[in-house]
Amino acid sequence: MKYADEYRDTALALPLLRELQAVKRPMRIMEICGSHTMAIAKSGLRQVLPEHIELISGPGCPVCVTAQSHIDTMIELARQPRTRLATFGDMFRVPGVHGSLSAAMAEGAKAAVVYSPIEALELARRHADEEIIFFAVGFETTAPGVAATILAAKAAGLNNFSVFSSHKTMPAPLHALLSDPNLALDGLLCPGHVAAIIGASAFQVFCDDYHLACCVAGFELADLLSGLVMLARRISAGEARLDNAYERTVSWLGNERAQRMLVEVFEPVDMLWRGLGMLAGSGLGLRDKYREFDAAVRFSFSVAETKEPAGCRCGDVIRGAIQPPACPLFRRICGPGNPIGPCMVSGEGACAAWFAHAPL
Amino acid sequence: MNNDNIITLDHGGGGQASRELVELLLKHVPGQGGQCLQDAAVLAAPGPGQRLVFSTDSYIVDPIFFPGGDIGALAAHGTINDLAMRGARPIALSLAMILEEGLPLADLERIAKSIGEASARAAVPIVTGDTKVAPRGKVDKIFINTAGIGLIDASVDIGADKAQAGDVVLISGTIGDHGVTIMGGRAGIALRGDLRSDTTALHYFVARLIAAFPGAIHTLRDPTRGGVATALHELAEASDLAIEVEEESLPIRPSVRSACALLGLDPLWLANEGKCLIICQSDKAAAILTEMRLMPEGRDAALIGRAKPYQSSRVTLRTLLGGGRILSPLRGQPLPRIC
Repeated sequence: MKYADEYRDTALALPLLRELQAVKRPMRIMEICGSHTMAIAKSGLRQVLPEHIELISGPGCPVCVTAQSHIDTMIELARQPRTRLATFGDMFRVPGVHGSLSAAMAEGAKAAVVYSPIEALELARRHADEEIIFFAVGFETTAPGVAATILAAKAAGLNNFSVFSSHKTMPAPLHALLSDPNLALDGLLCPGHVAAIIGASAFQVFCDDYHLACCVAGFELADLLSGLVMLARRISAGEARLDNAYERTVSWLGNERAQRMLVEVFEPVDMLWRGLGMLAGSGLGLRDKYREFDAAVRFSFSVAETKEPAGCRCGDVIRGAIQPPACPLFRRICGPGNPIGPCMVSGEGACAAWFAHAPL
Repeated sequence: MNNDNIITLDHGGGGQASRELVELLLKHVPGQGGQCLQDAAVLAAPGPGQRLVFSTDSYIVDPIFFPGGDIGALAAHGTINDLAMRGARPIALSLAMILEEGLPLADLERIAKSIGEASARAAVPIVTGDTKVAPRGKVDKIFINTAGIGLIDASVDIGADKAQAGDVVLISGTIGDHGVTIMGGRAGIALRGDLRSDTTALHYFVARLIAAFPGAIHTLRDPTRGGVATALHELAEASDLAIEVEEESLPIRPSVRSACALLGLDPLWLANEGKCLIICQSDKAAAILTEMRLMPEGRDAALIGRAKPYQSSRVTLRTLLGGGRILSPLRGQPLPRIC
């Protein structure tokens, strides 16, 4: 891992920045991934780029795109007697209809922060008299770990562990977004972590179908800037081509072992996204042979439609329709201390990035 | 495991088991002249012109043992450092422990030994103490409280509200080491070899700087919970100033940086347990830095920013790319990213 350091070296970064600063053609680039959103805000890049290079955040923050109804169902499950919910830390602060999971815990709901899904299995062993439900969010980056956990649960014969899958897959929401002509994008900065699993090739379709320049990029300063420079070159030349600026991690076909694990455990299902609605085949549900670990089967719940918080424009932020400061709640009512929507909660959310690392 | 090897509720009952527990602790934390056996310690009165400084802090950490230290070392160093940050010479500590029923005695002994060693190394005796036992599940293994008393000389006037516009901000060494070690331990991630907590007592270090540069050091702060970013906010507010930080000058170990990248954490928001921020006169900064680097606690010391009159933002960061942005205090707790 030491070699990540040289990619944030200014000696590498500054020449790349100079090239971007010299770009003449106006361009709109969407960074899909929430970690890119955060890296851009932290680097102060927007203030040193010319105004005609616009960077727009996309739908790649796993907490942000989780539908309100899934949040509410998650909290409801944690409130059930003899159940204990396990999920990632960010999910605890996302507002539900009647307050967050954290607030529910103060009223007696049982839930635990886990850093990795495999920890939920430990919980299941330790609390044999309880039902442990793992609330799974995230894209192809986190789903293989959940698949491995389900396989381990089956191998261990655990009968008090299940998964509520809100997993989503990456290329799907982009089709929904890009069909909106108002978005008028020139290029996509593609997510390095997701591409490490599904392969750079998964993004070729956006060059072909939407005539966009696409580039897979990493997250250190020089990685980010190389990705943007490659995009700027393609866009300036009018070329809709796919580049990979993260070759040290991302291959053309991705991690085939992880892909096989995903296919073994999950199948594509229709999935509800915040801001994008129901998208066909865009989620991951447990296959029939693992249905004993499917919380939806085990507790026979169905996810009811619930309303998003009044005035919250997270949906528009996720679609790239507005930047966070254009939301009337931003900084006035909504902030990290009192988040109204998930984009202000998550460490990968666009609103949190604009708030915490606000340009001067 | 039989009951001989673990803490039981009897250890908190005040009877023979309680006494055995105290004797076990005294083996490792000898106190001063047997004072630990008494419920209250008697200390000498301060000399003429000296003032007393009093501080208390409680320690809850998971895991209780981590690379570079444990909850015991943390509890001794933390309170010593709180005293040192007012320019005080620590003279005595108290030690109170709340133990969970079922805690292995071996773990308790290991922690007591670590506290005893920290106290001996720092030459700050533990003069009084207390133990209680809580039923299983009511506390997490062990909670520790330490309080400390120190003395400051009449000439020393150091405080959060004493920084001035034109001062510079120094840090005594690399940032984020403790926080990332704990988060890595909690995440069960085997991080690279040189990641370890920086827990250490800073009173010798601070005393030498104060003696060498009388009046030049205005503010001291150990950036523990909330990290450097949060500590700078508190200091800027207390002194009604703005602080501008240069990203390029921040000393961060490559292994800490990599681990933070992996976990999605920001070293500026992570706890440090053996570092101090110093806000001092700018014309003395170079000499103070040289002096800091002569001592092991300050080997990686750096000038990281400047204090300016407050306009609209308390703490700002000049990024590597030359962009300026707000450096927010930590809100909530640092959480690893999902994706």
